[in-house]
Amino acid sequence: MSPPTDAPPVPWVGDGRPATTSERSDGGVVFTTRGLLAGARGGVPLALSTAVGGAVFGAVARRTGLSPAEATLMSALVNAGSAQLVALELWDEPPPVLALALTTLIVNLRHVLMGATLRPWFAALPPAKAYGPLFWLSDETWALTVAERERGQRDAAFLLGSGLALYAAWVGSTAVGAVAGAAIRDPAAWGLDFAFPAVFASLLVVLYRGRGDVPPWAVAAAVAVAAERLLPGAWYILLGGVVGAVVGGVRGAR
Amino acid sequence: MRVDGLILAAIVGMAAVTYATRAGGLWLIGRVRPSPRLEAGLRAAPGAVLAAIVVPTVLAAGVAGLAAMLAVVLTAVRTRSPLLAAAVGVAVVWAVRARG
Repeated sequence: MSPPTDAPPVPWVGDGRPATTSERSDGGVVFTTRGLLAGARGGVPLALSTAVGGAVFGAVARRTGLSPAEATLMSALVNAGSAQLVALELWDEPPPVLALALTTLIVNLRHVLMGATLRPWFAALPPAKAYGPLFWLSDETWALTVAERERGQRDAAFLLGSGLALYAAWVGSTAVGAVAGAAIRDPAAWGLDFAFPAVFASLLVVLYRGRGDVPPWAVAAAVAVAAERLLPGAWYILLGGVVGAVVGGVRGAR
Repeated sequence: MRVDGLILAAIVGMAAVTYATRAGGLWLIGRVRPSPRLEAGLRAAPGAVLAAIVVPTVLAAGVAGLAAMLAVVLTAVRTRSPLLAAAVGVAVVWAVRARG
């Protein structure tokens, strides 16, 4: 797969400054089976901890009053771990449809920010190849995809590949957890609750480009720590990310 | 295979807003020409979001979390392998908790 050489310039890099790796969104972006498989391989380490999370969700959903079919359907259609676990906190009989949708929206708002950062890759693709795979955008697949891009890769099918690997683990383990009920014991006893943060931290190491990254990241962390204590749900992730990005924007544009 | 009507409505509602957040970022950014400041902000955003996810969790995990994070960062710096680094982190958390 050789990229086209006469790609038109895109607005993203059209302001005359030298493009950084993450900005280089020329026509060289491809979407191939090889990228799909690379994404699936990249997703495998996270699939294990995703499966633990899915089994926990399935078991809790069952205890909350959802049937195994309903729990599995939710994982298949929503495919968002933290939002689904928060939804179980609100669950009632009958379910509060509007409150569930609003809470889900708030928990998942951070995806708007993540989706925007994928523009250098996805703006060059036909809509179906961009907006289809975005169904599988999550904290995990986004982090893997951004790290892949920072390594200089240009295959946008990576997101779909990693998404499908984690999706299989998430939906399958939800079904198992919902059927097996309360068989899942405390995953924290095995340190498994730390698998996601550990992967995210190592991705931060991969993303690190120099001292300029420190202020936005440090501010994001500080805001997140404070917000986690003061606000309910997953607001702290959104708030920390936004404030950190603003700090990066103000400093970077000077 | 029992699926209740209202429960199905709740699930579909959750699914719709979730997909809207996933597609919305790319859609919006394609309609606004990003200023240099917005570009710099978006470049900083991935690391900022990751830091916002990681640090509260690490602090909540106490000594085990801090020890594991140190091991994760050192492993990642040396090997550039998220899998190996995560495995080391999980092992350290498990070991510290098993002792304490």
